[in-house]
Amino acid sequence: MNLTLRIWRQAGPDVRGRMVAYQVTGVSPDMSFLEVLDMLNERLTLEGADPVAFDHDCREGICGACGVVVNGVPHGPQKATTTCQLHMRHFRDGDTIDVEPWRARAFPVVKDLVVDRGALDRVIQAGGYVSAPTGSAPDAHALPVPKADADAAFEAATCIGCGACVAACPNGSAMLFTAAKVTHLGLLPQGQPERQSRVLDMVAAQDEAGFGGCTNTGECTAVCPKGIPLETIGQLNRDYLQASRRPARSRS
Amino acid sequence: MHWTNRSSGPSVGAVVTASAVRSTVGQKMLMAVSGIVLVLFLVAHMAGNLKVFVGAESFDHYAHWLRTIGAPLLPDSGYLWIQRTVLTAALVAHVWAATSLALRARAARPVRYAHRRPVQGSYAARTMRWGGVIILLFAVFHVLDLTTGHLNPVGDRAHPYANVVADFAPERWYVTLFYTLAVLAVGLHLWHGVFSAVRTLGQRTAVGERRARLAASAVAVGLCAGYLSVPFAVMSGLVG
Ligand code: HEM
Ligand code: SF4
Ligand code: FES
Repeated sequence: MNLTLRIWRQAGPDVRGRMVAYQVTGVSPDMSFLEVLDMLNERLTLEGADPVAFDHDCREGICGACGVVVNGVPHGPQKATTTCQLHMRHFRDGDTIDVEPWRARAFPVVKDLVVDRGALDRVIQAGGYVSAPTGSAPDAHALPVPKADADAAFEAATCIGCGACVAACPNGSAMLFTAAKVTHLGLLPQGQPERQSRVLDMVAAQDEAGFGGCTNTGECTAVCPKGIPLETIGQLNRDYLQASRRPARSRS
Repeated sequence: MHWTNRSSGPSVGAVVTASAVRSTVGQKMLMAVSGIVLVLFLVAHMAGNLKVFVGAESFDHYAHWLRTIGAPLLPDSGYLWIQRTVLTAALVAHVWAATSLALRARAARPVRYAHRRPVQGSYAARTMRWGGVIILLFAVFHVLDLTTGHLNPVGDRAHPYANVVADFAPERWYVTLFYTLAVLAVGLHLWHGVFSAVRTLGQRTAVGERRARLAASAVAVGLCAGYLSVPFAVMSGLVG
């Protein structure tokens, strides 16, 4: 396959960037999207040009590092798939493909396609944890959890913190991410002690980071590589409402 | 996740002390609650309007009766003023929260995408903000037309039936057109709005999502049908 990639190039955080077109030849349909970028970078390096900076780590869809916007869709056209797991057979020979970084005030561009997603870490720091000493993995039946809760918590726990939900949201909102964490921890016994402070603090951290507010449009779930459901946002809202009604306040 | 930490601005601790309505989720809840107050009014208002089909006397009598609710405990039109106050407060809260969230959303993405797939969400969800502006403009016109009578060709406060009939006369087709557009805008707004409000207030199951969608469709279609039946009846001579 021969492709034209139009890639956002930006030398650093405070300089202007622009889309630059590159011809890439000899692409195999079995390559992943990141391997095409690797191929391009090898050539650029040999030519003495600056390779395209992009984030990646596990390359097996579990770390959440690799997100870029491909033809206007975070993680590209394939549903429930991270960019590293996106294969070139979903494109056609001769295609022109636009590649851009996540766009959000809370995710400043570091270089080219790499953005600083530290804002999500600050949302986690605000309450996305349990402080109960849980020890090593307990016996399966030591602490009974209703099956429905376990399933919902597990589903929410598959969020890999990639930030695609923010990139897709017309409001630049991180609600799906935050809701996944609130749901994951809030449905399990270990998450109960901090349940109320967690939701208040995480929402406050999310607002503070400059993310927009949710309007229930649903763009996030559509691109989420883990298919986190919108019902988690209802769960967050419910916890938030309950926490705001009680005198128990945030931890800080 | 990667752990770069470029902390900026005040710490999280300073922020949580901000009151709930300063938060995006709190503002959304304010919007949901005020929106529901407005919907309840729209339902009651529609039921009253349908009296136009019973006849001029019944309709005018209903309008006069509204002024006497609560008598002798409340002065003349006392209840109406309470209702107007509540509705105005709800509308102000609703529009304030909508504006605040819209400004926030715009600030949240300072650099636009060069290539952006059109938003996949429903037309209703995408037009909440502009649809809301149309509704607001119509509400102002509507009060000046049929409440105060300033913009009505008859403007007789004692006989609202005549005002309505004059309003939707065929030669004033532009009023009917604006009215129709506004009613459809309300229907669209509530098709997403009611569903959205239910989730905002904590609905969180798949079954609940389906029920909320159904309820939103019922409210939207019901209100549109009820409100549009009046000008249609006047235009076609069914009511006159
Ligand atoms: C007057 C100007 C109005 C504006 C600017 C406006 C704007 C908005 C906006 C931007 C939203 C949020 C959209 C979203 O959450 O996706 C919204 C939600 C809503 N609006 Fe309005 N609206 C207006 C009037 C009304 C009226 C008259 C009603 C009632 C008939 C109404 C009922 C609702 C409801 C129920 C919601 C859902 C709240 C939620 O999502 O939690 N709105 N409105
Ligand atoms: S909710 Fe989905 S899209 Fe958002 S950060 Fe988690 S995995 Fe990524
Ligand atoms: S590189 Fe880890 S999810 Fe793609």
